[in-house]
Amino acid sequence: MSWGRAMDRWMPVLRALLSVIAGFAAGLAVTWVAGESPWNVFMILIRSAFGSWYDLGMTLFYTTPLLLTGLSVAICFQAGLFNIGAEGQLTLGALAAAVTGVVLAGLPWPLAPVAAAAAAFGTGAFWGWIAGWLRARRGSHEVITTIMLNFVAAGLSSYVALYLFPNPDSQNPETRPVAKSFLIQHLSVFGDAPVSTALILAVAMCVAYGFLMRRTVLGFELRSVGQSERAARVAGIDPGKIQILAMVLAGGLAGLVGVGEVLGNAEKFKLGFSPQYGFVGIAVALLGRGNPVGVAAAALLFGALHKGTGDLDFETENVTRDLSMILQALVILSVSADGLWDWVKRRV
Amino acid sequence: MRNLTGKFVVLSLFAALLGSASAQAALKVGLVLDRGGKDDKSFNEAAYKGSLRAQKEMGLELKVVEATDTNAFEPLLRTFAQRGYDLIIGVGFAQAEAVKKVSAQFPDRKFAIVDSEVPGANVRSMMFEEHEGSYLVGAIAALTSKTAKVGFIGGMDIPLIRRFQMGYEAGARKVNPKVEVESNYIGVTASAWNNPPKAKELAVSQYNKGADVVFAAAGASNLGLFDAAEERKKLAIGVDSNQNWIKPGFVLTSMLKRVDVAVFETIREASGGKLEAGTRRYGLANEGVDYALDSFNQKVLTEDVLKKVNVLKAEIIAGKITVPDYYKRNAKN
Repeated sequence: MSWGRAMDRWMPVLRALLSVIAGFAAGLAVTWVAGESPWNVFMILIRSAFGSWYDLGMTLFYTTPLLLTGLSVAICFQAGLFNIGAEGQLTLGALAAAVTGVVLAGLPWPLAPVAAAAAAFGTGAFWGWIAGWLRARRGSHEVITTIMLNFVAAGLSSYVALYLFPNPDSQNPETRPVAKSFLIQHLSVFGDAPVSTALILAVAMCVAYGFLMRRTVLGFELRSVGQSERAARVAGIDPGKIQILAMVLAGGLAGLVGVGEVLGNAEKFKLGFSPQYGFVGIAVALLGRGNPVGVAAAALLFGALHKGTGDLDFETENVTRDLSMILQALVILSVSADGLWDWVKRRV
Repeated sequence: MRNLTGKFVVLSLFAALLGSASAQAALKVGLVLDRGGKDDKSFNEAAYKGSLRAQKEMGLELKVVEATDTNAFEPLLRTFAQRGYDLIIGVGFAQAEAVKKVSAQFPDRKFAIVDSEVPGANVRSMMFEEHEGSYLVGAIAALTSKTAKVGFIGGMDIPLIRRFQMGYEAGARKVNPKVEVESNYIGVTASAWNNPPKAKELAVSQYNKGADVVFAAAGASNLGLFDAAEERKKLAIGVDSNQNWIKPGFVLTSMLKRVDVAVFETIREASGGKLEAGTRRYGLANEGVDYALDSFNQKVLTEDVLKKVNVLKAEIIAGKITVPDYYKRNAKN
């Protein structure tokens, strides 16, 4: 391999790393201004994200949805689309999983979680399809439609959860609990951390994503449409069809977030359970550069960051929840600014 | 000079030793706030202030954290328990499940929760008789109203807020059986606690229909009601904390829910080593709920009204009046 080709190959990785380091530097500088030792804050982040099986478990618990939303956004990037609707897609996916668990309470164990997962995927996929169809057939820009569909999803999920399946035993805005047969296996090595087989599902989706992109005709078609719609059409690919398909797959992946949350953790759909998984997924996809290993690493990074910054409130005197959110935001900003720049350059 | 520095080092070492010795003896209290956070000018802030007062008066080791998402309650409570905190307080009914689970895992730690009843041999539940306080401000509203029309705005439509509404309506009807009460809710999700524009819209519409006093139990959304009252030159009633100061002259009174007192007393009992499990109810009798009177609302809350309301208050405390309770509505029927 020549020097030039090695550069081509490792340059994106280097840039991704640099953007992460720059973000961390900016965030830690803020904590320094607030009166904490940046080194100390950094060590706390590392320790509370990976310090014990339990801490690692919490990190992986947050990584699971981020991996799925990261893949959701990434698959759209490959097809030249910007999916800002993962938040709405995952909300409806989780709702669908919970409703399945309430309505079909009689289903036996192995079938029950599979049915709920299928419902989560299907509902998220349908929500993605709406934006994809509007883009391909009516020319409505997916950035606008997916943002708007997030609001519709929020309203719709409130209505279904609170008027059709409200939990009579709680004042929290949530649905009734799903039947026990729907619950999936908890990974006991992580102790009390709510890590379930949903993590394995997410990793499997990541592998499937890599296979789809690298080894299948469909993956080639997705990338072709993403690189140049016109060239793809000349090559005999129907760009509209590919765009719809990309949005359907993206919506389904985001919808699968409901499996871990509903069947592996809360046992019900809770309104507002997601701390913006769908939007952080954009940063995950940008940092991962469409590469499955990259997306997985980025998801782990942001999962660790969410867990770690959550504990800063505990471990330090001056870093409150709001300040730790600033730290998190600065890393996201740095990563997104770099990744987005690339994406814009490619499209223009 | 060198000698002086040496002395200083010795002194500070000594001070540090003393400091750590007293810190070891002090009660360790962990407070987990709801997502509203400690600056919500309402519910969470009251809990935070109560814990600060306890820290000042009793010299305890206090740590306050705010949850980032609904899945964060449980890990936060658990971390406190693992680190040897003696008393761990969850603020808000959203933490009920998490407190239940974690308290069972750590039977040698004490837990407490505000606004929810959690069973367990090591859990203290703090409940407030919101309907009693609401009854009094309902009476104040109806006695002050010149149009015999008053309004109620709820935040999120849940049983807790229905309890405010039911008490308010009963209090208003007690003093004026012909009074009309117009009630609206802001929403069905947690965002209803932080939607001042919607609260303002509802308040303006109630004022337009002839109401001249409106009570809102809606967290940070209450600010919209106060704006509407000032614009329309009508009266508003605040909730939880004393909100009279926000728009002096337009806030008739506030229905106080003394979360600060409850948190303070719970910590005090724990520091005395005699915190018993079970539910403690805070009502009019033990000043857990009340109406607010201060320099900001003296001019709008008249002597005549006060006199009548204090009679009602005494009768409720004496058990002569039973305020209808939304939580017990099914038991009656």
